[in-house]
Amino acid sequence: MASFFGIVFDGVAYGSLLFLISIGLSVTMGLMNIVNLAHGAFAMFGGYLSVWLSARGVPFLVTLPLCFVALGLAGAGCERVFYQRLRRRSQLDQVLFTIGLTFVAVASAMLVWGPVEQRVELPGALRGQLQVLGVGLGAYRAFLIALVAVLSIGLVLLVEKTTFGARVRASVDNESVSAGLGIPVDRVFCLTFAFGSGLAGLGGALSIDVLGLEPTFALKYLVYFLLVVSVGGAGSLGGTAVASLVLGSFDVAGKYYVPEVGAFIIYGLMIVLLLVFPAGLYGRRA
Amino acid sequence: MSSDVVPPVDASASAPPIVARAPGLDDRFGRLEIVFWLLAIAPLLVLPDYLVLASQVLIAALFALSLDLILGYAGIVSLGHAAFFGVGAYVAGLLSVRGHAEPLSGLVVAALASGVVGFCTSFLVVGGHGLTRLMVTLAVGLSLHEAANQASSVTGGTDGLSGMETSDLLSLLPFDMLGKTAYLYVLGVCFVVFLLVRRLVHSPFGLSLRGIRENERRMHALGAPVQRRLIEVYTLAAALAGVAGALSAQTTEFVGLETLGFDRSAGALVMLVLGGAGRLYGAFVGSCLFMLLQSVFSDIHPAYWQFWMGCLVMLIAFFARGGILGYASDMLMRLRERRALSAAAPAARTRA
Repeated sequence: MASFFGIVFDGVAYGSLLFLISIGLSVTMGLMNIVNLAHGAFAMFGGYLSVWLSARGVPFLVTLPLCFVALGLAGAGCERVFYQRLRRRSQLDQVLFTIGLTFVAVASAMLVWGPVEQRVELPGALRGQLQVLGVGLGAYRAFLIALVAVLSIGLVLLVEKTTFGARVRASVDNESVSAGLGIPVDRVFCLTFAFGSGLAGLGGALSIDVLGLEPTFALKYLVYFLLVVSVGGAGSLGGTAVASLVLGSFDVAGKYYVPEVGAFIIYGLMIVLLLVFPAGLYGRRA
Repeated sequence: MSSDVVPPVDASASAPPIVARAPGLDDRFGRLEIVFWLLAIAPLLVLPDYLVLASQVLIAALFALSLDLILGYAGIVSLGHAAFFGVGAYVAGLLSVRGHAEPLSGLVVAALASGVVGFCTSFLVVGGHGLTRLMVTLAVGLSLHEAANQASSVTGGTDGLSGMETSDLLSLLPFDMLGKTAYLYVLGVCFVVFLLVRRLVHSPFGLSLRGIRENERRMHALGAPVQRRLIEVYTLAAALAGVAGALSAQTTEFVGLETLGFDRSAGALVMLVLGGAGRLYGAFVGSCLFMLLQSVFSDIHPAYWQFWMGCLVMLIAFFARGGILGYASDMLMRLRERRALSAAAPAARTRA
């Protein structure tokens, strides 16, 4: 029973990480209708930036907001230069372009940092274990869950209670009517994309200690992010959260209880979920 | 425009055709096509040291051609087409390891096996749309990769399947070190498959696929069995990808996990789009250029290749959407227009 609790805990921690990184992708796909296969690359560069800053004496916790801001700016730049033009193109063009971008990102990381796995120095308080109800839980994972919970509440408030959030929701629902009502849809897209990229960068920095960071990160975990989005339903905050937690928990539990089946659990689960809910759990578009 | 302005371009136009064929159904062999296939024989005589590479190029082209059927003609974007290449390769490899070394029958069995896998997964793929469809192709590819990885007692896992031996082709031609027989074999199979695909895309079946690609709903409304057409073409493309995989296994006498990998799926997509999707020859042109660039850049550093390929793909996605062949045919069209104009101009002047 104790180990079961531990596994659920690890699964939730993993799921919150998936949520943090995937939410930007989900909104991009739902809002802008862009299949962005380069999303994992934003997370990867967030991780590398955090490692690079840490190596120069910046404390890990300070690198986190810096990663968010830097990747957000990078996302805004990419949106203006590339993604804005991709919005009206076919799915094939989007897939090709973003695959190309991912290859360039992976190759750049390989050339600059080499193929070795990177590490970061966690602050003392986040190392070791916490004793909760007689179960040892990783302190860093507890921190992860708490941080993502706080950020999610912030996100919900942002989307539900602010004018910006209302504009985002309106643009997702109907772009042309929103534009007709005077909502600067282009600027909303750019800001949202930047925000999503920033969150991906933050998630990438946070995931170094959990998922490991190497140049293939951008491709290896992209599948998980895409899974979360397609299962949760593109553009849905709640769907993404549920899908992240479900997939994260199943993945961790599967690897623990039936290691020989391995990644099948996740792929099988995805195929089943996609068959039952073709537009995702909370799909907006049928 | 009256007929005296335009010079007669086509001599056969003077004899009225008995049955008018739709433009998409015309499938006579053009002069350029004959030149192309003659060029494909050339490596045997001109480049005897590069036959192994040339065989690999042809195999990649055959694989891209199978992708062209579903992507270029039916409009299904697949990120997991390597699944069928891998199934074909492993089936041919396992047959050979278990003692059945005859290549041609191995090819047929491999094609059947990957066709069956394609048929079973086609329902998943055809059922979804947009992102869902894309994700299903990706998931199918990844699960087969994982399956081959887990079943290491059968497939050899990450070490790959070795100990293959391919017996003489037609009990006559032994596979030599230089790859002469292998090249002949691959070229022959490629040509036969190409003829089949060529006939198919110029048939009413191919035309209905193109209709589905352009507008699925309208084809539905016209009464075309959209689902069935897509399932059929997906199954066929899977079987042909299996042929390519089997050829790869038989000529290299090795099967590795990378035959099922994402890189191979993405690579085929890039080759096809580089050459020009929906044009049959795009697969060949694209894979030639892709493999050539790959061998040049990879020698410097594998990451360089990935970097420049990524840049190339981004450029294609933005600017050259028809690929090399699309660009060439655009240029040709423009040239012809200009020639027709300059031929028409003096005639118009004399009339005035």
